[in-house]
Amino acid sequence: MTLDITGLKVSIGGKDVLRGVDLRLQEGRVHGLAGESGSGKTMTGLAVLGLLPHGSRTSGSVTLGGRELLTMAPRELNKIRGGEVAMVFQDPATSLHPMLTIGKQITEHMRHHLGLGKREARARAVELLGKVRIPGAEEACGRYPHQFSGGMRQRVAIAVALACSPKVLIADEPTTALDVTVQAGVLRLLRGLCDELGLAVLLVTHDLGVMSAVADEVSVMRDGLVVETGPRGRVLREPSHPYTRSLLDSLPDAQIEEGGR
Amino acid sequence: MARTLPPLARFLIRRVITAILLAWGITLVTFVLTNLVPGDPVAANLGQRAMNDPAIVAQWRAEHGLDKPLWEQYGLYLQGMLQGDLGTSQQSHRPVAQDLAEFVPATLELAGAAILVSLVLGVAFGVLAALRRDRLPDHVLRVLSLIGISVPTFWLALVAFYVFFYRLQITPGSGRVDPALGMAPGVTGLQTVDALIAGRWDVFTSAVGHLITPALVLALYTIGLLTRFTRSAVLEVLGQDYVRAARAKGLPGRTVLFRYVLRSALVPVITVAGLAFGSLLSGTVLVEAIFAWPGIGQYAYKSATTLDLPAVMGVGLVVGVVYLVINLIVDVLYGVIDPRVRLQ
Repeated sequence: MTLDITGLKVSIGGKDVLRGVDLRLQEGRVHGLAGESGSGKTMTGLAVLGLLPHGSRTSGSVTLGGRELLTMAPRELNKIRGGEVAMVFQDPATSLHPMLTIGKQITEHMRHHLGLGKREARARAVELLGKVRIPGAEEACGRYPHQFSGGMRQRVAIAVALACSPKVLIADEPTTALDVTVQAGVLRLLRGLCDELGLAVLLVTHDLGVMSAVADEVSVMRDGLVVETGPRGRVLREPSHPYTRSLLDSLPDAQIEEGGR
Repeated sequence: MARTLPPLARFLIRRVITAILLAWGITLVTFVLTNLVPGDPVAANLGQRAMNDPAIVAQWRAEHGLDKPLWEQYGLYLQGMLQGDLGTSQQSHRPVAQDLAEFVPATLELAGAAILVSLVLGVAFGVLAALRRDRLPDHVLRVLSLIGISVPTFWLALVAFYVFFYRLQITPGSGRVDPALGMAPGVTGLQTVDALIAGRWDVFTSAVGHLITPALVLALYTIGLLTRFTRSAVLEVLGQDYVRAARAKGLPGRTVLFRYVLRSALVPVITVAGLAFGSLLSGTVLVEAIFAWPGIGQYAYKSATTLDLPAVMGVGLVVGVVYLVINLIVDVLYGVIDPRVRLQ
């Protein structure tokens, strides 16, 4: 299933945050969205699921398999959220509820969206935790987020996102809050899941090294606009927009080469 | 052995041991403070003529153990206390324990009803104000809670008594039940509970009717306080990442509110509620006086003004233990709500 974003405009409190964004996510492909802080990357991700802060106005179009999400009734949109389009947030230390067990947080929306019973949901949670390589998945279900390391927490958050077999995954800076040593593992996991499950992934990051490691397509944003989009190899090696070039020039030389698959 | 217990049980045991040590500390403090008070119980209890007769004074002191050194008095006091003997009131000439057993339940019923009402209304109002932030319900509740916080309890008690009992005649007058019905006999001493156990429906409705006005008057401050605290706690939690993450999972709004928002917001609210219970207890002194509620507040006042030392120590002990129990409950609730507390 494809997710098409066309002419997406968002203003918050009268300030234009997105000024006409066009993006296309396809199944089995990782679409990297790069740009500096405040360029509108995160807002693009949030706008897809209608999770923008209060007082924001949205126009344009976001369609999932032909259905328009921006004007969808809240009840219908709630079925898409978590069910067909899932999100992974930047900091797993704050995006998981500290007082609920991992098992609860993986199974609650499964039971709601898929109508699973307690035991089926539990079995699937254990399977998912195994899939994101959490050791001792069975007993991990009964533990709380603070009993895991940062990297493990983000794997849990990914398992939570995958629980209802979504078609689209929006990952907002999923490795930024993690130690460099565990970043690669999480990225490899995301890439593997994308290939295995045929997910359409939007990978939001300000880190071009991360981008070059896993993305198939790359879009570069600046001031609420996509200034350049295309296959990873072309955008990162022969950037046509001066802004992309300046972003690449600001990196240490070796990083792109090393990060490439 | 302790290793094999579940974390919550271990957490509980730790807290109970601390509470017992603190209770012992309370006996020491009440004893020392009571004996430091300037004022001679002999002068307060014996008449002028008896005071002038050294033999009577000596006999009275010996009778009440006041001729012994202070540390020995404390030892005897502790020893008696462990056997349920808190001494004899010099005013009522009855065992202090018996007096307390009569007056404490009345106050607990009043204060318990007040804190229950405060929690239910305060949390509900606070959540409503936070969810309707900067709209009409929020503004109305802000004004109401400020009124609740700033109006003095004794004034409110007088006005409520005057308006609802004297003018409108929709609430019963003073006391705990209609005297014509008589009190329901029972073990708890809480009229509402005892009446239910005894199956006396008429006594129950009368007891509830008598309880409503003083409990509401007593609760108004706490309701205002909890409304304000709940509102800000909920607003803070609403801005957390995990609430947005819960919405991104497509959970119904109800589930997000109760499972994600309230659970976190209740932690600071419980802290404040525990502290507020203290001010609520001191408020009972005034409310009991105005509604002629036969509770510990009135008893404490009478004992203090007559330098009835065993009674004063008894009241101090009870109030201290009530504080301990409230704090213990608050601690346990922390442990139940937040796994990070219990799994330390």
